[in-house]
Amino acid sequence: MSGYLITIATIVVINAIVVCGLNVIVGYAGQISLGHAAFFGIGAYSAAILATKAGLSFWASLPMVVIISGLVGLLLGLPSLRVKEDFLAITTIGINFIVEAVFLYIPFFGGALGIGGIPRIYLFGLKLKGFSFFLLCLAFLVLVMLACWWFARCWAGLACFALREDEQAAASMGISPVRFKLLAFVVGTAMAGLAGALYAHYMRFISASDFSFPVSITLLSMLVLGGMGKLWAPLLGAAILGALPEIFRPLVEYRILFYTAVLLLMIRFQPSGLLGDDSLARKVLARVVPGGRS
Amino acid sequence: MHLFLEQLLNGIAMGSIYALVTLGLALVYGILRILHVAHAAIYTVGAYVGLAVFKLSGSLLLGFGGAMVFCAALGVAIERFVYYPLLKYPPYVPLIGSIAVMLAIEELCRLVAGPYILTFPAKLPLAAVKLGNVTISSTLMAVYAITALVLAILWYITTRTEIGLAMRATSQDMAIADAMGINSHRVVSATFVLGSAIAAVAGVLVGIYYNQVYPTMGAVPAYKTLALIVVGGMGSVPGAVIASLLLGVAETLLIGYARIPLPRDALAFIAMIAVLMWRSEGLLGSR
Repeated sequence: MSGYLITIATIVVINAIVVCGLNVIVGYAGQISLGHAAFFGIGAYSAAILATKAGLSFWASLPMVVIISGLVGLLLGLPSLRVKEDFLAITTIGINFIVEAVFLYIPFFGGALGIGGIPRIYLFGLKLKGFSFFLLCLAFLVLVMLACWWFARCWAGLACFALREDEQAAASMGISPVRFKLLAFVVGTAMAGLAGALYAHYMRFISASDFSFPVSITLLSMLVLGGMGKLWAPLLGAAILGALPEIFRPLVEYRILFYTAVLLLMIRFQPSGLLGDDSLARKVLARVVPGGRS
Repeated sequence: MHLFLEQLLNGIAMGSIYALVTLGLALVYGILRILHVAHAAIYTVGAYVGLAVFKLSGSLLLGFGGAMVFCAALGVAIERFVYYPLLKYPPYVPLIGSIAVMLAIEELCRLVAGPYILTFPAKLPLAAVKLGNVTISSTLMAVYAITALVLAILWYITTRTEIGLAMRATSQDMAIADAMGINSHRVVSATFVLGSAIAAVAGVLVGIYYNQVYPTMGAVPAYKTLALIVVGGMGSVPGAVIASLLLGVAETLLIGYARIPLPRDALAFIAMIAVLMWRSEGLLGSR
């Protein structure tokens, strides 16, 4: 594989991990979040600071990064107990703007210069770069997807599904909305934190704009494109939205326009996503594959 | 004291402009329960069309009129093509659609008019006013006058006309309004016409006020006005106006006097989250 392809594939895999976390919050628990990039950023900044200021290796700092992201997720998930739907959407937009402003304006986080000189990851004394780094990210993606698969099948996951469908009915059956909403937020943001650590060690330079609000939109678009609440949706969405700008590259000036047009047509005509239960892709597949599920 | 008064006047102008953008958003939210992010893109288009018509015809009045007509048509097109068919889905679906529309319009503006900052060399036909040792410039006077005029017209339409009555009925309960013989889809379109025309006025005014028109001028207002309709109480038009004025004044004074390490755009969101936690229905909301 050429370096160009490996770079794109690595970014796609890292994005897929973040979107898996978003899927737990939005797809499984039904709590709309438009600020997921903030948690991706919190993971990346904690990894970068632990690596450059405390001199910790990736493996030593990783548990801490995941715990920090999860705890911040718990803290910032608290608004979700108070507000719902549109209000929650706007609150999470606000959280994203505030977190970005904190990164950009507080000198401890490197301010406008960002944080550079983040070391590479070593595994058994081997320096990971290019293809080997891609394999590392892929391994983490497999772990995260296994966690999602298990989460969707365990009792907590079923409780989250119940909350998503009807919060009042679920609460009357003895499912605590507080506990399971916060659980979904902690799991989802911890996954974003993990991806943030990988991103920081891959780019080796991070700045506040890497985690701005438009990034959150892109992440949510990936999830919607793939199909909200579906296990494979994050990977599919990240792969398509990661590849589209590269495929549209010959269009030069017009490529962002095409990219937004594809997104708009997708949401207009297939709002349940490519893997959604009533999507065109599924119907075609059911017709082509005899005996396939529709 | 002198400086304080000038800051205050600037703050009120800032707040008036926020109010003009937020009005359309509050109207649309009140009737469709959709977060119309693309409203800010309509405002950008308004500034561009206003500038183009002004340059071609030399008349600022025609500029305002052209921008209002064009934006009203654009607003209705967005409503018909994107929002109305998506109403049956969960609220995040039209929200993402709206964000996609906003990004697409921003890109179109960049492709058509170029990525540069254009100047808006219009003179407003209003005299500067001197109050003691404080001068209110003609631009500030225009911002005040136009905002007051728009608010008065809007108040008249919503409370004294039949279409206003239909709008209020539809925003309370669309199904019942339909049953009472109101063509609710037409009312929704009328709301978009009204909101988008006001956004066009805001766009042209901002263009003149800062003497700048550029493709991403709607980016920050897009999300800040969302915060404002939350603070004002979702769908409450008076609440949105009060919240806008408060934010405009607070931003200007805080930036002028207090040394806060965060930018002014973050302040709006901190205020918004504080209001949501303390009074989740907003300042004038009821629910």
